[in-house]
Amino acid sequence: MEEESRILAEVAAAHDVVISVLQWGVMPEEAISVENRAERLNEEMLIRRIRDGEHELFYELIRPYERRVYSTAFAILRNEADAEDVAQEAILKAFKHIRQFRAEARFSTWLIQITVNEARMRRRKEHVEIMQPIVDHQDDEGNYVPRDFADWREIPSETLERSEVRQKLAEALASLGQKYREVFVLRDMQHLSIEETAKTLGVSTASVKTRLLRARLMLRDLLAPGLGGSWSSKLSFAKGTKPW
Amino acid sequence: MVVTCEQVWHELSNYLDGEVSPEVRVAMDEHLRGCQKCSAVLDGTRNVIGLYGEDRMFEPPQGFSQRLHKRLEENMPRQRGTAFGWMVAVAAALLIVGSFEIGDSSAFVGPQLRSEHAQPGTGVPPEMMVVVAEDGKLFHAGAGCPLLHDKAHLRTMTTSEARREGYTPCVRCMKQYLNESAGLEKDDDDDGEFASSASVGK
Repeated sequence: MEEESRILAEVAAAHDVVISVLQWGVMPEEAISVENRAERLNEEMLIRRIRDGEHELFYELIRPYERRVYSTAFAILRNEADAEDVAQEAILKAFKHIRQFRAEARFSTWLIQITVNEARMRRRKEHVEIMQPIVDHQDDEGNYVPRDFADWREIPSETLERSEVRQKLAEALASLGQKYREVFVLRDMQHLSIEETAKTLGVSTASVKTRLLRARLMLRDLLAPGLGGSWSSKLSFAKGTKPW
Repeated sequence: MVVTCEQVWHELSNYLDGEVSPEVRVAMDEHLRGCQKCSAVLDGTRNVIGLYGEDRMFEPPQGFSQRLHKRLEENMPRQRGTAFGWMVAVAAALLIVGSFEIGDSSAFVGPQLRSEHAQPGTGVPPEMMVVVAEDGKLFHAGAGCPLLHDKAHLRTMTTSEARREGYTPCVRCMKQYLNESAGLEKDDDDDGEFASSASVGK
């Protein structure tokens, strides 16, 4: 009960800060962190109630993360059916082990960690790599040299509405070696910190940084207008044209 | 501090993550201002991070959420109520049982006593057979009690039944009976302990 009172008090305090933000105006970063804090406290409360037997609240807890869990599984497994199955398994596992969740971590990070483990287990189980990665032979230590230096014509995020753009990005990501893909997915798609990414994958933060650099540069090369990125001119948003 | 293109590429990722020292950042900024190649790589990398960081990159297939919820539902233990719910249920059960117990006890809200001066006696066995007169107010240990007047309309019943009908113990015969049962000496004094808790109506 004391714990519940503490959480309620913190929620009330966060609420007060939000009110003061509305009344007096605060830097947007502060407002965002206050919002995050309130969300996190709400999550803590939900988790406590689920642990106490209100199981149906689990749907509410995972709703904001369903898509993220699926996309993590898909990015690692590169197969829709497997990704859905693994996403379900991961969420079910999170429900069954909700008592093991430690409040010092973010629930979303914990959920993503479970998803990565499930996806890795699935891959080991099937031990079939349908698509051969093009760059797995490169180790972390060698310097990666960009291959394309053409002026980058920015691909606006609005174009993600077009399935062919998403398809091209997915293909580029799928062509990366597993260790680069995993780091990129956790860091740049799921927005985990470098430390969280390292912990999830069981590697050092230095390895995360090196792999991340390679993954980012390789993807840029694959999508650049002069090389693999020639696809972009077919989509008619190469230089000089503005289809969006 | 001056940096080469190779050094810029090597630190590009850390630069975007804000993980380089202020000196390196200044040197890289300087280099990027004058190097078209490196700024093209930087712009492209930044764009890549922005695109993949969008939530809608990988859309779950149609019906994903419904299938997920169905699977969760199948695997959730049957709803057995919350701790609070259990507490409410137990409290309600205790109240019901308690109310029966209280209702059974004539010491609480018993039937209307036939004499407004009478008090229900204590120590009378509930299953003891006693005698009452239809128009009387007391129940007696036997029909021979001198305080039992209307001998033509007698009924026998247990003390608990007599209490339910509003009869109170006779201060003479019931007191005598109880004293004998307790092995005490016969005492005709009406001002004893029993008498103080049950007064005669008439």
